[in-house]
Amino acid sequence: MSFIQTLINGEQGLFKSITLTPMQKLTLRFVVVGLIYFGFVVIEGMLMRIYEITPVAFIKQNQFFAIMTAHPLVGIFGSTYSIVCGAFLFLVPFLMKKPIWSFKLANWTFIMITAGTFIFWSAGFISHYAPLYTLYWPLPADFNQFSPVGGAVFILGIAIVMVGTIFFIINIFGTIIYTPQGWEKQPAGALLASAIGYSGAENLFRKKEKRKEHLVSLPVAAIARGTIDMTFNTSVILFTGVLILVYMVAAILGFDLKETAIDALLYKNWFWWGLDLIADGLVLIFVAGTWYLLATLITGKPLFMQNIARAALLLELIVSWTVWSHHLLSDQAQPGILKVLSGEFVTAFELITQGLAFFITLVTLWSARPLKMTNELKFLLGGLLGFALAVPAGIMQADVGLNRILHNTQWVVGPHVHVAVLVGLTMTLYAAVYILFPILTNGAKLYSQKLANIHFWCHLTGGIGMGAFMGMAGLQGMLRRSLYIEGEFNIYMILAGICGGLLLIGFLSFFINIVMSVGLQGVIGIFRPSKMDPKVLLPAK
Amino acid sequence: MIDSTMVLKGQTIAYTFYCIVIILLMVWFALRVTRGESKLIKPALFYSWVGFLTILGVSLHIITYNTIPWSPMDLHRGNYEPDKTFKITVEDHKFILPSEKLIIDCNDIVLFDVTSNDLTYGFGLFRQDNSMLFQMQVIPGHRNDILWQFSKSGVYTIRSTEYSGPKGVFMIEKDVVEVIGCEELTEQ
Repeated sequence: MSFIQTLINGEQGLFKSITLTPMQKLTLRFVVVGLIYFGFVVIEGMLMRIYEITPVAFIKQNQFFAIMTAHPLVGIFGSTYSIVCGAFLFLVPFLMKKPIWSFKLANWTFIMITAGTFIFWSAGFISHYAPLYTLYWPLPADFNQFSPVGGAVFILGIAIVMVGTIFFIINIFGTIIYTPQGWEKQPAGALLASAIGYSGAENLFRKKEKRKEHLVSLPVAAIARGTIDMTFNTSVILFTGVLILVYMVAAILGFDLKETAIDALLYKNWFWWGLDLIADGLVLIFVAGTWYLLATLITGKPLFMQNIARAALLLELIVSWTVWSHHLLSDQAQPGILKVLSGEFVTAFELITQGLAFFITLVTLWSARPLKMTNELKFLLGGLLGFALAVPAGIMQADVGLNRILHNTQWVVGPHVHVAVLVGLTMTLYAAVYILFPILTNGAKLYSQKLANIHFWCHLTGGIGMGAFMGMAGLQGMLRRSLYIEGEFNIYMILAGICGGLLLIGFLSFFINIVMSVGLQGVIGIFRPSKMDPKVLLPAK
Repeated sequence: MIDSTMVLKGQTIAYTFYCIVIILLMVWFALRVTRGESKLIKPALFYSWVGFLTILGVSLHIITYNTIPWSPMDLHRGNYEPDKTFKITVEDHKFILPSEKLIIDCNDIVLFDVTSNDLTYGFGLFRQDNSMLFQMQVIPGHRNDILWQFSKSGVYTIRSTEYSGPKGVFMIEKDVVEVIGCEELTEQ
């Protein structure tokens, strides 16, 4: 096949979108949108990298901070939430061997996450609303700096994403507990208890012969437990959004509400409690669950220390509810007891829970030697390495003494945040995409292994390198969310920029590879409605 | 006396060493997992790993508390009597200092008491080479105070360490803090 033919019809013309079930199409739509938003994030990241080296004229300073506000939110909601929600809405029915509870609701999740992200992104782009994702009170309501109309549209976009997330949560738990038509009545309560870990916790106090069996598989349990955190953080973000909206609507109507009515420290505690349920909650739980699923799929063997892994997921869930204070170690009004207990010691538990997941996954892989170095295996190893680098960096900054000289420096956002997200999380998601690709496309073939290798090496070295150079700048005193127009840290920023370029090359290689694998016709076909029954997950062979 | 430069050097060495080890370990694993035969791993190794992680997680904080001089002082600020107090106000993206220059004698314990009248800001002291001496958050409606003992002569710049909107990016008071007299003490 010529290049043009492959571009139009896909590799060997193997991908036929007409053969896809509605659930396959929906999952692929989530992935396509997630990748497009990841492209936004990479381009925004590169623009910021350039601006950090030299403030270019085509970006104004307030636009730079609007990009900085949108960048992580588009990454979390537009990209990661899209891919994760799409994958889990497919995987839960797939692993439980039953149809999804509501296909319509799943479709609405897709529409709302896609549209909501575009709304808040464009509102930030046009109005330059830039309180950053941290939204420290009363900055989001500071109308001397920001337009209340632009801010209101921005917050509305976030709220739409959150409503889509609520639909996802309902659908996940609905699928776990419901009885499909024509099936024998399912034990809804027992399924829920198994999924959230209640029956597992009960087993700890039962004699061996009286212990209940696990009704849901480990990956489904991980998805359910991460979804509990998602429920809490969605409520916190929605509530906070409504609060900010009240101030914005009042300002639009000409009223000036007192900002001091909200206690800034209480707000910060509340907001970080909710936000950490993403960063230190569902991300870690979903990632651990995905590692376990990938390890068992790659090896075809049961997971090493399965029951401990299940218990560790429950522990991680409880830990995630009590770690938020590590974000307030530099807040002098924060009680010392919270700093030490929640900020330092509970946070240190993440070293244990994530360390367990790391070890269990590696041992499961090791127990199935010799393994073929497939794309999913190499990206999984990359993801494991990412968290192995990023989690200890986070534990170090979650220390009262070290935080005094690390807080808000590039160290926090480099070796910790960017390495965790770009290398740890994203490479895990890529591993899942590579392993699910033949299942979701009914056997389509990858266009080029060379491009997959370029993707892997550029992403791995670019992600680690960027984090490392940002971290070096941070240790020299460079702040995050700031500008150094005299080029004080240029050497590190240039090197980080080069690594950002590698990430861009990696992403383009992957994007071209996927488009060439399914063809432009295939991409369009994914967005055309399927005539098959939405209850059918995969077509009959 | 141990200062932030020394602590950061120690951290750089420890973390770099760790990164090299973990990267080499993953490379070794990736090479070996494609060869050899499957072997059962004993649970004892797993429990040893759990024990190691627990000790590591807890000991980090115990070690830093006992070696970083500002850690205990920070957590028990009420037990210390400052030699000098500077009351600083922040408003409209501007630091309002009690005097043009804040002069500190060597080894003095100084209390910086910073109040914000509007937004959440940061308060940090930076050396001439832009490296950080310390920082804290400045929250409106709350007391934001930090104790610091200065053991080296030098001139420091105050900079906001928290984003407070585009207007706050250049909240910098250059060379306004000066520590004097440490050379004389060393000579004696």
